[in-house]
Amino acid sequence: MKSVLLFFDRWLWQMAWRDSRKNRSRLLLFISSIILGVAALVAINSFRENLKKDIDRQAKMVLGADLVLRNNQPLSDSTQLLLDSIGGQQAHERSFASMIYFPRTHDTRLVQVRALGGDFPFYGDIETAPESASGQFRVGQKALVDHTLLLQFNADRGDSVKVGNLSFYIEGRIKKLPGQNGIAATVAPPVYIPLKYLEQTGLQQKGSRIQYRYYIKLPEDTDVKELVKNIRPRLRSEGVGISTVESTKNDLGDAFDNLSKFLNLVAFVALLLGCVGVASAVHIYVREKLATVAILRCLGLKGIQALMIYLIQIAVMGFIGAVIGAVLGSLIQTTLPYVLKDFLPIEIELAISWASIVRGIGIGIFISLLFAMIPLLGIRKVSPLLTLRASFEDTQQKSDRVNWFVYALITTFIYVFSLLQTGGWLDALFFCLGLGVSFLILTAVARLIMWVVRKYFPVSWSFTWRQGLANLYRPNNQTLILIISVGLGTALITTLYFTQSLLLDKVSLSGIDNQPNMVMFDIQSNQKTALNRLTSDYELPIIQEAPIVTMRLTSINGKTKTQVEKDSLSEIPRWAFNREYRVTYRDHLIDSEKTVDGEWRGKVEQPDDPIYISLDKGYSERMNVKIGDTLTFNVQGALIDTYISHLREIEWNRVQTNFLVLFPEGVLEQAPQFHVIMTRTEQQNVSAQFQQAVVRSFPNVSVIDLGLILSTIDEILGKVSFVIRFMAMFSILTGFFVLISSVILSKYQRIQESVLLRTMGANRNQIMKITALEYFLLGSLASVTGIVISMISSWLLAYFSFDASFTPNILPILGVYVIITSLTIIIGILNSRGILSKPPLEVLRREV
Amino acid sequence: MLAVKNLTKTYQSGHRTLTVLDDISFEINPGDTFSIVGPSGSGKTTLLGLCAGLDRATSGSITLNNILLDRLNEDERAFVRNQHVGFIFQNFQLIPTLTALENVMVPLELRGEKNVRDRALKLLERVGLADRKHHYPAQLSGGEQQRVSLARAFSNEPKILFADEPTGNLDEETSDKVVKLIFDLNKEAGTTLVLVTHDMDLASKTQRVIRIKGGKLVSDSLLTPTGENKF
Repeated sequence: MKSVLLFFDRWLWQMAWRDSRKNRSRLLLFISSIILGVAALVAINSFRENLKKDIDRQAKMVLGADLVLRNNQPLSDSTQLLLDSIGGQQAHERSFASMIYFPRTHDTRLVQVRALGGDFPFYGDIETAPESASGQFRVGQKALVDHTLLLQFNADRGDSVKVGNLSFYIEGRIKKLPGQNGIAATVAPPVYIPLKYLEQTGLQQKGSRIQYRYYIKLPEDTDVKELVKNIRPRLRSEGVGISTVESTKNDLGDAFDNLSKFLNLVAFVALLLGCVGVASAVHIYVREKLATVAILRCLGLKGIQALMIYLIQIAVMGFIGAVIGAVLGSLIQTTLPYVLKDFLPIEIELAISWASIVRGIGIGIFISLLFAMIPLLGIRKVSPLLTLRASFEDTQQKSDRVNWFVYALITTFIYVFSLLQTGGWLDALFFCLGLGVSFLILTAVARLIMWVVRKYFPVSWSFTWRQGLANLYRPNNQTLILIISVGLGTALITTLYFTQSLLLDKVSLSGIDNQPNMVMFDIQSNQKTALNRLTSDYELPIIQEAPIVTMRLTSINGKTKTQVEKDSLSEIPRWAFNREYRVTYRDHLIDSEKTVDGEWRGKVEQPDDPIYISLDKGYSERMNVKIGDTLTFNVQGALIDTYISHLREIEWNRVQTNFLVLFPEGVLEQAPQFHVIMTRTEQQNVSAQFQQAVVRSFPNVSVIDLGLILSTIDEILGKVSFVIRFMAMFSILTGFFVLISSVILSKYQRIQESVLLRTMGANRNQIMKITALEYFLLGSLASVTGIVISMISSWLLAYFSFDASFTPNILPILGVYVIITSLTIIIGILNSRGILSKPPLEVLRREV
Repeated sequence: MLAVKNLTKTYQSGHRTLTVLDDISFEINPGDTFSIVGPSGSGKTTLLGLCAGLDRATSGSITLNNILLDRLNEDERAFVRNQHVGFIFQNFQLIPTLTALENVMVPLELRGEKNVRDRALKLLERVGLADRKHHYPAQLSGGEQQRVSLARAFSNEPKILFADEPTGNLDEETSDKVVKLIFDLNKEAGTTLVLVTHDMDLASKTQRVIRIKGGKLVSDSLLTPTGENKF
């Protein structure tokens, strides 16, 4: 308590001020390492605050109604009655994926068709150009088409678009839909048509995968919560989903929370890197201050008072650094809506978030004090005897209990912060362990190199080599500090780079030679033969063909969803009942499937025979079911009991339709179903002609052109990697700052020696060679160790987190090594140029 | 004022034990001037450090102004130094980031005293450096730095002043001026003076000289005011 009060002692502040006189620019330099970390944190948190406010403000407009019901089939009569009894204003939408055709240009494209009836949206707007189009399209055989899609196909208002059997006049372009972000529009561009024309398009057929949405604007005095509570059980039993303004707020908040947690972790890495910079700079600074502390101790200053003088300096500089960071962060925040624009479903109104600024500044000061504390604690133990003899042994700080307390505090802080960001205690633990192990490896490497050079010193080598090498282990060397700070920086940045490539590689589809590149789905049973013929006419191979039946799971081993929900001990996940299952049936396994357990019985001979099905192994593990368990499915109203008799391993990364659940032949043949056919074409023009022919003859059949999908994925990945790179930039720049400040501060360690050598007649070249050699050795060792650490951590991440194989590319590794080492040498030499070009005495007077 | 009893100091160097001071005892009365002489490496600076409470003895005891230093911890000894002790060093040991005036003020400020500025200024005037009060140590000559250090040493009105080779870094002319100042100020304040030097001329200006060689006390002589050996 006494020590805390000391922090407010006026004289100590005065001494801190006086003592900092000749060092302020240097103090600012090492505090600069935390600026970018704080900036990144403030930017992301401010943005999150603003987003939260905007979500609250705009959730109604995102939903477009007070209540939305969703189902994959029309509501039953009784539910419809329930809906009618709610009252208010209602609108209805049916949406599905379908091909459209632009007659003028003969282009086709898979889109999201939305057939809309009623005045949706009740809140907010479908933003169109011209503005009136959002109202006008509802009154005739007109359509609204996605803005980018029109640009892509060189079409515009006034052209026509064919949806199924019917042509629509394009009334306007859709600029923005309520609640839809840029990515969603890229994957499935929306096309609106009036609901009353849906029937005539011929696209609504048995087995079609249609989403039904019912939008309701409730009378103003309705208690939405109470209403939902009353109708939810009934709707749930029919598998109808409900969204309210409140649930939308939560969904939007959750979705962005994950993103901002990831971004925060990246910012935290930048901040940690900055802290390593602060710790190493303070370490060097403290060494220079030992003489002053010893004099003050001689004059009667207490150890704790000495510590406080420097703690105050660091706190003030930390405050300045954090404030600069916070200002910068608030400015950067304005760029985030641009960086993240494709992921945001709402408009962001930027405002200064004081809470985030205060938090950022607080974290900045706290973290700089915390990391500066380790080198600072030694000040308490500085012996006044140093005034009489500058014995090297006396400056060695012995570890004491407080040091361990600070280490524990740092570990706890890193753990708690990463826990808050990752949300998983194990992830946070690995993050901390990784950092700790890296730190130990770097310390070990630094100590080992000092020991090896001293032990096997090459006495016969030239003067410059001997000097450069000896600098690595001489008293006041910077080997440990530079290797730790530069090495840890390299490790963090390179790991970030490897992880990014790992993520990007994982999602890109490679080696798709000889695999299908065109998928046709929504094929009705009676269209299958004709479509096969058409495919053959174009001399295209039929690579895969599969029937698909949609169904829901109603019970597992006799336990229904409601029973599972009530049973707190049940290990069956809830989502097992909520999803829609797309199931195929056949009597054999295909190339991409491998039996891992049980026996596959491909056919049911008699109607009363038990039905044995096969499950994907991973899926069965997630569901906590095993061979012999029973699953009951609801196939469009009919309940079917099945037994799990077989588990398969599926190669999911092959381009083909894969199924979690496989039925034998003889069960689902009569169920409503559609088919998928996969083919491959090398030529663009054949592909286009074939697609046009398919759309003309089979308007309900959708064609996915994988070439288009790949370019879409590329586009999305480009956007994702832009965000990752934007955030990684903070770490990279911070690493650069840390490198500069570490090297600049280390200059003071070398100045006297260099000047002495100059005095004794060493020429400019010799000094430069010695300096370059020392920094080359330090830069090389640090970057190589950092790269090795990052390769180990990336491999671990690849193996345990991403389930991918890690094969690092040699070129970027070489690039990192060359860049880090050259930067260290260049900054080191630039630093020493004052010593090289000026007379020794002038240098001593100015610098020391 | 200062009582040293059976003082021994050893250092561990690898597996060897080095005895730097071996069973040294002496006493100094208040107001006495006293010098410790001996060749380089004889242990005289170590002895000064121990007497001033800058280091701990391996065995033996030191009593300073009736305070037994052996039992005090680092901070308590720092307090004793601040209250009762003044220092002058061979290499001046001014704080480089503080002006001449501020350097003189520090011991007073550490005691939490008021009007320290005026008192420090008076002392600077006394050593002839009032016009250099805002200069930093690097802007002062060696002699000037030592005079600032003198002003600082007397600023807290110490009972005892320890001086470690105070003229070791100065030329003859400047040395003479500084030595005169030390003795004049000492006389004015009635301070006990303990001087470490290998300069016999300087030592002869004190009332008593002890000689140390190889860590042992080899002689203890009272001098006449002219510097002659009394015994």
